Amino acid sequence: MAATVQFEAPDHFLMDELYTDEHKIIRDSVRDWVNRSVKPVIEEYFEKAEFPSFMVKEMGEMGMFGPFIPEEYGGPGLDFMAYGLIMQELERGDSGVRSMASVQTSLVIYPIWKFGTEEQKQKYLPRLISGDIIGCFGLTEPNHGSDPGSMVTRFVDKGDHVILNGAKMWITNSTIADISIVWAKDEEGVIRGMIVEAGGEGYSAPETHGKYSLRASVTGELVFDDVKVPKENLFPEIKGLRGPLSCLNSARYGISWGAVGAAMDCYDAALRYAKERKQFGKPIAGFQLQQKKLAEALTEITKAQLMSWRLGNLRNEGKATAAMISMAKRNHVDMALHIARETRQILGAMGITNDFPMMRHMMNLESVITYEGTHDIHLLITGAEATGIPAFY
Amino acid sequence: MKILVCISNVPDTTTKIRFTDNNTAFDAAGVQWIINPWDELALTRALELKEASDTSIETITVINVGPQSTEPTIRKALAIGADDAVRVDAQAPDAYAVAANLAGYIKENPYDIIFCGIDSSDYNGSLVGGMLAEFLELPSVSSVSKLDIEGDTVKMNREIDGGSEVLTTPTPFVAIVQKGIALEPRIPSMRGIMMARKKPLNVVPPAVDEALTEFISYELPPSKAACKMVDAENVKELVDLLHNEAKVI
Ligand SMILES: Cc1cc2nc3c(=O)[nH]c(=O)nc-3n(C[C@H](O)[C@H](O)[C@H](O)COP(=O)(O)OP(=O)(O)OC[C@H]3O[C@@H](n4cnc5c(N)ncnc54)[C@H](O)[C@@H]3O)c2cc1C
Repeated sequence: MAATVQFEAPDHFLMDELYTDEHKIIRDSVRDWVNRSVKPVIEEYFEKAEFPSFMVKEMGEMGMFGPFIPEEYGGPGLDFMAYGLIMQELERGDSGVRSMASVQTSLVIYPIWKFGTEEQKQKYLPRLISGDIIGCFGLTEPNHGSDPGSMVTRFVDKGDHVILNGAKMWITNSTIADISIVWAKDEEGVIRGMIVEAGGEGYSAPETHGKYSLRASVTGELVFDDVKVPKENLFPEIKGLRGPLSCLNSARYGISWGAVGAAMDCYDAALRYAKERKQFGKPIAGFQLQQKKLAEALTEITKAQLMSWRLGNLRNEGKATAAMISMAKRNHVDMALHIARETRQILGAMGITNDFPMMRHMMNLESVITYEGTHDIHLLITGAEATGIPAFY
Repeated sequence: MKILVCISNVPDTTTKIRFTDNNTAFDAAGVQWIINPWDELALTRALELKEASDTSIETITVINVGPQSTEPTIRKALAIGADDAVRVDAQAPDAYAVAANLAGYIKENPYDIIFCGIDSSDYNGSLVGGMLAEFLELPSVSSVSKLDIEGDTVKMNREIDGGSEVLTTPTPFVAIVQKGIALEPRIPSMRGIMMARKKPLNVVPPAVDEALTEFISYELPPSKAACKMVDAENVKELVDLLHNEAKVI
């Protein structure tokens, strides 16, 4: 385990020169926190399939939830580059920890900030940002994953409240959430978003067990059986898939950065090992086959770092399109998964143990390559962008 | 009560040290800079004292003697929680230049407790704290591993051979601190980093711009020789090696 705490970030193209001093302090602070609070314990939580709940408070105190939210709602008012760097460092620790933070920030805080009423913002944002309450995001259903537009969760208008029925599946944070952002259809079949407080009558959130991936993150269902939701908890304006998709855009942006963190962690651990481990009388880093793996990993990480930096600037300028974010998410997650597999091999048998992070990253990244749009769906997004012809159906 | 924490800008402790100019200068290319670890702990203790309800600390100021390139390190100290910062705009080539420039500023702007680290992790001189106290004609306490404020007096533990010494001193004075002064340095929060933007960082001209030390050359310690394994049964070989090769017996 100690092998990964002494982390040295690959920076082949001197990316540090492109970041402001403030961005570097942000990144290094999260890096230090991950070294102190995540790295020493994460393998244990992963193995026990337990959510490290103490981290929520610490992440809240550090200001890692909703970093781009302005001060008036309790946020630190940083930019999207800062958000990206925070996600990169968190996922260097663990994709499950990053997932918890992604959901809290991009799928709960973000929609309340973008679509919520002033009362909703005042009521929920400060506590979500401090980590006093946890949120989750219910879009996916048992029979509607890649095609969320066909969802069947519905609500009917009852004057001062609505009655919600349906079920959501594969929901990160579901069992520990105090509130959920639920997307459901009204009587006309229009998708609307609402804030559902946990624990009311007809509400349940059973946990999904047996995951080989994101074991340190909670995944579960949300079941609504005639759940009464006050009307003031509905987002007033936003209608249709545009609502959830803009949240996914924000989350995917963070995931694209996060994947680079996981890749950097694998690369760093493998490089250190390869220089120390000797076979046939010399360090295995001196063999061409191992150098191929390391050199290609460094090349791919460097490309991704450049792309992330550019994407961060574009997002700050309001010019990052859904298709750009989709491309980065797809490329970076696939790259990280590939690097996890290749670097694991560099470690030989040691690579399959939890003394090193590769297996955990590898298993985690199988979720990351699936959620927030599968690898295939993101290819179709880029395909549609390139050709102008959607091929989703 | 006003606290001043002297912070030194040093290479990250994992830096691979290299020299340039025919081994007469440190090669700073690609080096990551950090707050000297003891100074960071001193700042942490100062913040703990300020937050404690029974103390009356108004401000914590950090001061650094160095060129503009040290400002990211100073900003980090502000992000951790210092209220304001001073940079004495000088190169600070030796301990004298650092101490004299610190003293120049502090004479004009007095503080009640002045924290220094016991040494800086780059040059390990262990000189600045003592020199500074002499320049200021203030008492100093070295090797402080614990510090509490009780009313107007400061109670400290000093590490001495085989134990620790407890003493008190009235303010103002210089506390030269070491391991134990605080448990772990604080990590800046996102809010702290944002707030640091608005905190004052005053740049002041140097009081002296000379050094008293001439650095002739640097060299790296010899690399450790490879470990030699001796069979546990073979005591004769071990004794022989200790005699003739290691020449320690
Ligand atoms: C750990 C984890 C956490 C999650 N957290 C959340 C959460 O917090 N909130 C939430 O709402 N959802 C969450 N999800 C759900 C996730 O977003 C969905 O799993 C994802 O959208 C894919 O849906 P699906 O699993 O139903 O797969 P399907 O849509 O059934 O896809 C199965 C396969 O078919 C392919 N496919 C589907 N459509 C097409 C097509 N048109 N063309 C070609 N291939 C196609 C897919 O690429 C995939 O390979 C989570 C999932 C996981 C694993």
